[in-house]
Amino acid sequence: MKHIALCTVLLLALAGCAKDQKEAKVEDHSTPGTQQTAPRTEGTGSTTRPTNEGNITGNPLTDPSSPLSKRSVYFDFDSNEVKDEYRGLLQAHARYIADHRDARVRIEGNTDERGSREYNLALGQRRAEAVKRVMTVLGADGNRIETISYGEEKPKSQGHDEAAWAENRRADIRYAGE
Amino acid sequence: MKRFILLLGALLLAAAAHAQLTIDITTTGGRQIPVAIVPLAGENAQPQSVSAVVSADLSRTGLFRLVDASAVNPIPTEPSEVNFADWGARNAEALVIGRVEPQPDGRVEVRFRLFDVAKQSQLASYTYVVATAQLRATAHRIADVIYEKLTGDKGAFSTKIAYVVKRGTRYELQVADADGFNSQPVFASNEPIMSPSWSPDGSRLAYVSFDQKKPIVMVQNLAQGTTRAVAAFRGNNSAPAWSPDGRTLAVALTKDGLTQIYRMPSTGWPNPERLTSSAGIDTQPAYSPDGQWIAFTSDRGGSPQIYKMPAAGGPPQRLTFEGTYNVGPRFSPDGRSIVYVQRDGGRYRIASLELSTGQVQVLTDGTFDDSPSYAPNGKMILYEAQVAGRGQLAAVSGDGRVRQRLTSAAGDIQDPAWGPMPTN
Repeated sequence: MKHIALCTVLLLALAGCAKDQKEAKVEDHSTPGTQQTAPRTEGTGSTTRPTNEGNITGNPLTDPSSPLSKRSVYFDFDSNEVKDEYRGLLQAHARYIADHRDARVRIEGNTDERGSREYNLALGQRRAEAVKRVMTVLGADGNRIETISYGEEKPKSQGHDEAAWAENRRADIRYAGE
Repeated sequence: MKRFILLLGALLLAAAAHAQLTIDITTTGGRQIPVAIVPLAGENAQPQSVSAVVSADLSRTGLFRLVDASAVNPIPTEPSEVNFADWGARNAEALVIGRVEPQPDGRVEVRFRLFDVAKQSQLASYTYVVATAQLRATAHRIADVIYEKLTGDKGAFSTKIAYVVKRGTRYELQVADADGFNSQPVFASNEPIMSPSWSPDGSRLAYVSFDQKKPIVMVQNLAQGTTRAVAAFRGNNSAPAWSPDGRTLAVALTKDGLTQIYRMPSTGWPNPERLTSSAGIDTQPAYSPDGQWIAFTSDRGGSPQIYKMPAAGGPPQRLTFEGTYNVGPRFSPDGRSIVYVQRDGGRYRIASLELSTGQVQVLTDGTFDDSPSYAPNGKMILYEAQVAGRGQLAAVSGDGRVRQRLTSAAGDIQDPAWGPMPTN
């Protein structure tokens, strides 16, 4: 529910939720060659941030001053709602993926340690999928984004309290080769 | 409420050197059969005491009270040497005697007899000729005979269990005897291992490995040591469950989006058949013992609940209605009940549901209990209990009266799965 709301907000300026989902579907069925031309032509968007590229020496994905170096989206308990505060971060990644047709991304979902392992694996995957959907809506090619989950198996924080659990309810964006 | 602790000897295995298992048993109510197990003549000369293993096996079930038989002198080995009146005076209802004799070829002959003390009659008599390395296994077989004669149910002492041990960043899939002894690593990785599942004949284990940096379903042949990735599709591959004939695996895949249930030949297949199609999560499939149904977890109704559907797919039927979190079903061997994990006020516990009546019983009292798995005789349920942030093996009887906790000094023990009855 909340998810649809966020989607709607993000897309008010564009063409609306339903239309964009249709477009995403069309992309799914297109051949790799045609997928790559579409974001590429819009990818003149790279000229919309010449200052960025001019200033960054080295890899923008790891430059601490680039939003692209931020990789984590945090979630509330039992929730896969992508909060508005992550919109800028996801927008930057969506644009980078659209601009770099060789970029392949894996989004890794995680949960806190509470509950059944297998169900947590599925919950983590739904979080990753929610992040992917927002990025797709913002222009990233979904075919180059794989969502997986570690469930509760790879906690970033080893603690057993609310602070640790909050740290572990997370999806991370990882580029191939990293 | 009765409580006693058995300290069992040290394991001398590479994987768990000197790890000591403490088995803590809690029994509430119910009658216990008083049984006297006399030390077997000659067993002291052997590397392994048979009567100690038999005694520990029977004690763990909570169904027996051991009558002190240590001070008997001389040790009776033949029926004619048994003073039934004396055992009656000690309130023993059943009596076990026997002897262990070395053979010229280096093996040992183990003979035991089980008596009904009141009737002064023999209930069973067996002789085994085995290598000394088989003394423990022989003791489990003797315990199986005694258990079946005295309770009417098959014993499950000669079975195996599988579980994952986490030590630091190292994961090991281990197979052990049902009492936790003789643990052997069968697969090790620096990435997580999850959800071991026994093939119905006990020859193979399916499990989830993150060795390739994402969850993939593997099937390992235990005798040959060969391993094969049977489900390695885009996204997650997890929750393997064997059909009762061992030919089909139901798995949870995300190749088409959110987690859904598919099936395929247990040898792997490029085009798994999708069995569920919900807008939410469908996972944790479990076949009914007759192979007709698959129980699973789904949050299609807003909260995770347990459903069942025909094994070939089809309209699901919701089975759980109490609470907002009921996940991870497993059928009892007789197909009449399922056990699962329920959340109640932030506590995760093992519950059972009687399918004909809808009656729910909470079986455990932990905080983070997970991964219930029935013994193949249906009498006990093995599960993972978290104690101070570490997973431990625990077991509870199907009626919740008897609880055991197997505490190991080494590592964090996860995802136990009780294997099938031995085939021989």
